[in-house]
Amino acid sequence: MIDQDVLERVLATAVRTGADFAEVYAEDKRSTSVGFDDGKVEQVTSGRDRGAGIRVVKGDTTGFAHTADLSEAGLRAAAEAAAAAASQGGGGTRTIALTRSPERIVSPVEQYPDDVRKADKVAVLLRMDEAARSAGPAIVQVSAGYGDSRKHMLVANTDGVFVTDQQVRTLIRITAIADGDGGMQTGSQSAGHTMGFELIGHVDVEALARDASRMAITKLNARPAPSGALPVVIKQGSGGVLFHEACGHGLEADLVAKGGSVYRGKKGELVASPLVTLVDDGTMSGEWGAIAYDDEGHASQYNVLIENGVLTDYMWDYLRARNEGHAFTGNGRRQSYQHLPMVRMTNTYVLNGTEEPDDIVRATEYGVYVAKLGGGSVNTASGDFVFGMTEAYLIENGEITEPLREGNLIGNGPEVLKDIDLLGNDFAMGNPGTCGKDGQGVPVGDGQPTLRVKSMTIGGTAA
Amino acid sequence: MSVSPTASALQEIADRIVAQARPGEHVEAFVSRDSETDIRVYGGEVEHFVSAQSEGIGIRVIRDGRTGFAYAGTFDPTAIAEVLAEARDNVEFGTPDEWAGLAQPDGVDVIEQELWNDDLAAFATDRKIGLAKELERLTLGIDGRVRVDDSNYADASVESAVATTTGIRRSGRENGCYVSISTLADDGDETQTGFGFSVGRSPDFFDLDKAAREASDRATRLLGATKPASRRLTVVLDPYVTAMFLGVISSTLNGEAVAKGRSLFKDRLGDEVANPLLTLVDDPTNTLAYTATDLDGEGLAARRNVLIEAGVLQQFVHNSYSARRVGGRSTGNAVRGGFKGTPGVGCLALQLQPGTRDQAALVADVTDGVLIQEVQGLHSGVNPISGDFSVGASGLQITNGQVGAPLREFTIASTLQRMLLDVVEVGGDVDWLPMRAAGVSLVIRDITLSGA
Repeated sequence: MIDQDVLERVLATAVRTGADFAEVYAEDKRSTSVGFDDGKVEQVTSGRDRGAGIRVVKGDTTGFAHTADLSEAGLRAAAEAAAAAASQGGGGTRTIALTRSPERIVSPVEQYPDDVRKADKVAVLLRMDEAARSAGPAIVQVSAGYGDSRKHMLVANTDGVFVTDQQVRTLIRITAIADGDGGMQTGSQSAGHTMGFELIGHVDVEALARDASRMAITKLNARPAPSGALPVVIKQGSGGVLFHEACGHGLEADLVAKGGSVYRGKKGELVASPLVTLVDDGTMSGEWGAIAYDDEGHASQYNVLIENGVLTDYMWDYLRARNEGHAFTGNGRRQSYQHLPMVRMTNTYVLNGTEEPDDIVRATEYGVYVAKLGGGSVNTASGDFVFGMTEAYLIENGEITEPLREGNLIGNGPEVLKDIDLLGNDFAMGNPGTCGKDGQGVPVGDGQPTLRVKSMTIGGTAA
Repeated sequence: MSVSPTASALQEIADRIVAQARPGEHVEAFVSRDSETDIRVYGGEVEHFVSAQSEGIGIRVIRDGRTGFAYAGTFDPTAIAEVLAEARDNVEFGTPDEWAGLAQPDGVDVIEQELWNDDLAAFATDRKIGLAKELERLTLGIDGRVRVDDSNYADASVESAVATTTGIRRSGRENGCYVSISTLADDGDETQTGFGFSVGRSPDFFDLDKAAREASDRATRLLGATKPASRRLTVVLDPYVTAMFLGVISSTLNGEAVAKGRSLFKDRLGDEVANPLLTLVDDPTNTLAYTATDLDGEGLAARRNVLIEAGVLQQFVHNSYSARRVGGRSTGNAVRGGFKGTPGVGCLALQLQPGTRDQAALVADVTDGVLIQEVQGLHSGVNPISGDFSVGASGLQITNGQVGAPLREFTIASTLQRMLLDVVEVGGDVDWLPMRAAGVSLVIRDITLSGA
């Protein structure tokens, strides 16, 4: 994308006014998306995003500028702008020597999106629409989407780091609407992996579509969710977002450093039930949050955050780790070349326990079984979080009984982590997610075995 | 609408693309360029300074009822040619749709808005940094328990142009700026958070003292908050919370959702769907609205639309596509999120017709209730298709007309359908927030609070 000698000259320009550190991040991304709704292929969209972001650090100040012009002149202009932003004066000359990191493949790709005909991409959605509608006459509307992207990225910095990588992602999603006497209900499913078009063979797309319809039809008979605090059993692979929200964000070193996390100063302390071992793993091949290198040029890793309930470490970005003499964890990520990197999760999951999932339900006399969670959000300083139940059932006398209408669950991260009293042996990853922080979205994965939280507040309307 | 020399340069790019339309083909070109400054201050020092420009084009091609689209983040002529070719290629895969098409000029006059401020365009960088530092200093001076997470100044300007083979040709520019601050307040082991902000067409409009005071109050007011007991009660929504609630309601009034059978109000035109106290208007021509604008996303004149009048559902909002589907005309509600997509449908500047009394008077009438100051999880616990509504909340206990102790970690739940009917009163305290809806205090009865 950009020659090594050009990068070296641009970085030298960026630190000419006496900055401590400079970095070029460049990307060239092509994407295709298909929108299907109301029985029609509404639109195929092709996109091209290409440009570079230049970061210059002087003392505690970071200057950042970006450009869509990848010529040496364009890059130098952005470097000057970033340097001016970071600094008001000073001077000096530094020579930059980049050492290219070896190619690293975490998620091999079989069928690149640019090698697949658009007609084949469109055909996937026709199959999904048909499968979803075949679930029964109650299904009155279906919308589906397909998206793929191939991104070439490059990172080079004044510490000599020089990495190139490519990221290929493919995703499908579907939403079915069922109509009944009590109004409309929705069911949604999605599958996304860091892979090419082979996703379509890897995932049973018809089964995925039928599952969305099943969810919508089941909810036609749903009763209002209870209100108040109850035991909650969360199905395998459907509740990783709980850990993402309840503690993942609070373990990001940038939030910890400013005292904006309930987990500040808790390293070595018991912060969760001893059943819980929580990992953030950028190396999990093919998963939605998998990366070979992070967006600061460091190899992704398997990082244990909580081990048997004890907080072992936070997640780090490069500069913070470098300044504090901490090992790099490969968690510096950004939405695009137009954004500054931050500490971000990759694939965050809880390792298996020992219980049979059926036994966990059987051990619960009265409570809620959550088969699918929607999105959530957290206040990292207080630890309070919410997340939506998009498919849930009542548990009565140790059995899953009636479906429940949608609502939010609410809890406090540190309390809920300690309240996990049963952990299953059926680990599974969940749906692909987009994690939002400070206005930037990045792809993340999550997962967990079936588990029980002793008590959580259910935001329903029933007594 | 203000046309700058550069905006007319963008218009030329758009015109050149549209001029390449082939017989039988409809083409729309949307071209935009924006620049932004984003400054973050922490501990009296600049933490980051972002200065960014970006530009791009989006081209939509329609032929025989089929639609294709492509975009690129550049004005490079080779890339533009590639985008047009891709959009044409993408047409092949669309399903013919008898209603597909571009907007047609409809003769509705544009009501010009003051969207550009020269003072902001000329505002010096060191003064921008100074504003963020000043906001941090003011906030720290209010309450010793309050820390600052970050203090920010940001501004942005956007220039855009659209041209179509149906004869639409519009360009314009807009700029604005804001300061914002995030706070933390500590009391022993407990930490709560707050925020404050001020927005304007130029920094002259900022009220730093108010932003600082709100950021400090929001963080400290929840210290020592407890979890309330579950029960049914009346809630008073703060203007900020009402604005968020109206944002959810707006998706049920979306003409595209109606046309595709996806709105819970799809068969309810002319019905009483809300308490007769409620009149809901979408009016981007009101200059007080933060999102006031003269044009919609398809280049038609923005206009005032009454959606609910005295509780009766009057109309939905439409762009040209959804309007054609229901046999109507666009209401000027096409919404475009930039050059990377085609216009959808949405409300532009919602406002509830205000009542006459202030929040204290509304609270005085409540025997057992909660003043809801913040909600969490609107994107996860609210389903605008089924109407289920459940959000995390925090606020202040109301007992016999008096606000009292802070409450947190509870949910409030009902359905959108019932909440609109259960409105007891609309306050007179309109707040023109930086959102697509104006805030006003709102009293709603029979809400289920779920807590301890």
